[in-house]
Amino acid sequence: MISLPAPKPEVLARRDAILADLARLLPADAVIGETLRLRPYETDGLSAYRQIPLAVVLPRTTQEVASVLRYCNANGIRVVPRGAGTSLSGGALPLADAVVIGLMRMNRIREINLEDRYAIVEAGVTNIGITKAVEGDGFFYAPDPSSQLACMIGGNVMMNSGGAHCLKYGVTANNLLGLTFVTIEGEIIEIGGRHLDSAGYDWLGLITGSEGQLGMVTEVTVRILRGPEGARAMLAAFDSVEVAGAAVDAIIGSGIIPVALEFMDKPCIHACEAFAHAGYPLDAEAMLIIEVEGSIAEQDMLLDRIRGICARFKPTSMKVAESAEQSAAIWKGRKGAFGAVGRISPDYLCMDGTIPTGELPHVLKRIGEMSVQYGLAVANVFHAGDGNLHPLIMFDANDAESFHKAEAFGADILTLCVEVGGCLTGEHGVGVEKRDLMTKQFTAPELDLQRAVKSAFDPEWLLNTAKVFPLAGNPKIAA
Amino acid sequence: MNISAPDTEEALAGEVARAHAAREPLAIEGRGTKRAMLRPVQAARTLSTRNLTGITLYRPTELMIRARAGTSIPEIEAALAENNQQFVAEPPDLRVLFGADEAATLGGVVSANLSGPRRIMWGAMRDHVLGIRAVTGEGAIFRSGGRVLKNVTGLDLCKLLSGAHGTLGVLTEVTLKVLPAAEATGTLAIRVPDVATGVAALSAALGSPYGVSGAALLMEGHDALGMDGPVAIARIEDFAESVAYRLGRLRADLAAHGEISQMDGAPARSIWRAVRDAEPLGAAPEDAIWRLSVAPSEAARATESLRLAFGAKLMLDWGGGLIWVAGPAREQAHGAVMQAAAAAGGTFTLFRAPASLAASVPVLPEEPLPLAAIARRVKATLDPGGVLNPGRMRV
Repeated sequence: MISLPAPKPEVLARRDAILADLARLLPADAVIGETLRLRPYETDGLSAYRQIPLAVVLPRTTQEVASVLRYCNANGIRVVPRGAGTSLSGGALPLADAVVIGLMRMNRIREINLEDRYAIVEAGVTNIGITKAVEGDGFFYAPDPSSQLACMIGGNVMMNSGGAHCLKYGVTANNLLGLTFVTIEGEIIEIGGRHLDSAGYDWLGLITGSEGQLGMVTEVTVRILRGPEGARAMLAAFDSVEVAGAAVDAIIGSGIIPVALEFMDKPCIHACEAFAHAGYPLDAEAMLIIEVEGSIAEQDMLLDRIRGICARFKPTSMKVAESAEQSAAIWKGRKGAFGAVGRISPDYLCMDGTIPTGELPHVLKRIGEMSVQYGLAVANVFHAGDGNLHPLIMFDANDAESFHKAEAFGADILTLCVEVGGCLTGEHGVGVEKRDLMTKQFTAPELDLQRAVKSAFDPEWLLNTAKVFPLAGNPKIAA
Repeated sequence: MNISAPDTEEALAGEVARAHAAREPLAIEGRGTKRAMLRPVQAARTLSTRNLTGITLYRPTELMIRARAGTSIPEIEAALAENNQQFVAEPPDLRVLFGADEAATLGGVVSANLSGPRRIMWGAMRDHVLGIRAVTGEGAIFRSGGRVLKNVTGLDLCKLLSGAHGTLGVLTEVTLKVLPAAEATGTLAIRVPDVATGVAALSAALGSPYGVSGAALLMEGHDALGMDGPVAIARIEDFAESVAYRLGRLRADLAAHGEISQMDGAPARSIWRAVRDAEPLGAAPEDAIWRLSVAPSEAARATESLRLAFGAKLMLDWGGGLIWVAGPAREQAHGAVMQAAAAAGGTFTLFRAPASLAASVPVLPEEPLPLAAIARRVKATLDPGGVLNPGRMRV
């Protein structure tokens, strides 16, 4: 288990006074202090970790966020920002002495401008909510994390969320124009704007993906894009992981950038097929889902080329969708992958390393060996175009031993990702989950440099304390 | 000039460490092709990355290339072209604009976050920086990012250093995402009466489902187009069948905006090279050059105010969002640019100017006070002695 820092006794002792102060700063319905009503905020998408916070506040305006941060800063109180609480890395896990600032009530869309192709939304607007607001005009917001029905844009910014389509459209950082940023001192700063590439230091790029370490974001100006004329998927199955990997290389090498290129291994294919009945080939060792965009004729042209490339690798089967409905059927299994694994095993850890794509066969072989060694089943889904690997490690949460083994297995996989030239996390963030593995990827001086940049924004280390950086070595934190 | 150009990262770090110990400011550069950009650096010594050269890792199927910071852009372009790939952000070649004899280096282009026309569809230079190696102002070597396309591990110092003009660290190696070069390029040219109509045409093109990868407005037309008034141009890069189909559809969609002609192949590519390098701006050698970034619908008002203020020469890229401006290197003109950027809610850069102007005016917008305070602390973290490119971006 990951350890959390000792709560500050002086903060815990002043709990009632702090709640009274918060109630003066905010409308009465925006402050939560009763244990029963704090319970829903005790965890996030990494539900193995739970901690009831000191208080939860639910501000409705940037000014209210600023006044809470100013108050917490003046009183040495730790703060945990929270969007929808869907983080898979424990990014929104509370601390016992922390005030959780939840942004779910800041859910207004402030402006949509199709001519200049941006939308200004509050941080609590859901990812899908942005697309819903503009899709009637043919536009969409590109990053599409699989939690997009629930997750909020403020959280997406803080974690620099990706999705299945970022091979073509990029991740959150590549789709932002501006932020309303609130510092721990309660200063409200407009970063960027409605234009591209502000002059000066790239604060927008630094803040995006900073996991709440530098400040809070209350409004976001996102780029919106006109959608393609259409999109269609195909499926290709192979009798070995190596061959499927070689087919991916050949597709990319041919100059085609599919809008999505997903890889599933045999355990994952079986789990998804049992769940979704998508018609996946159960005899295959590996399967690719490849999606292209354009007019019907363009889709045909690209799918023909890709089918020709795959054919060189003796696929065990191929299926090209003939319609949007068949496309949706092919995606149905993949999109339900986490749920499908959840049906086989009530508990699983979803890992999130990235590897150089050429290392896939080696990495999957090693994961298979570790699975035997730990005695825990694993299914792998992989954004094959960009190297982002999601092993799903199945365990039993009622058995502490099983959970510890799953955590150790996960750590071994991520260490392997770093060893082969990849990284600990491609899109889920470090959070608490991977915090103690940071020393695998960075040297002590490199971590200290990142810590010093945090200190430039948050000198007292009050913002989302105990995430991202290993506790030992952090200023202002007693482990 | 006192120039040191170490050929190893360790030696370069040693030079910075010594400069830090002696509190001796350093001008940081690659080949010095952009010395006239932003403000002149006040340093007796120059530290160059020009001898840190060579491509160190290139994996075409992983869409990544890694090179030492002093590697020239043409060398990287040539290696990419052998595998039918290219820089995503289409960085400009500013040799003509800056009167440089040599081509720019990778480190310089990333440090200035320079992007060309393709930025509008595929993102800026900094968006494709997967990883860096760099040296702090104390002489410590550090890495950020890596070589994979998706990476959110730790604070993204790659973005912080991209566009920092060597003031927060000296880049020694950069890993970039690259993309396949398109099989074909096609361009539509739309004759328009004014900036507002031109930007409206470009917005319609960019708001179409056809994947427009370049959208510029040339005020005096272009010889290759056979048009001499303002001309809006929109580019599509894709497989040949797609380019033909998409240009046809787009042409029909844009018909209401003005007379349209179409260009393909080499002429289409050459005009976009010209736009990339700001040739159609027509800047005279003695002119100052500014770049403004605004929401495209603000471009008409901003350009009109600059024309009235000092008869500005103009060229628009990024769908009207990037305004290139040339005019007299005088404070009055600079004041008009600052005012136009502020009125548009956008940003400006004094891109090229004689030291007499650049040293006496803010070359970038001032930051709000709380952000300026954070910037000072970040600078103090990465360069506590203030030895890296002092005065380059701000006084």
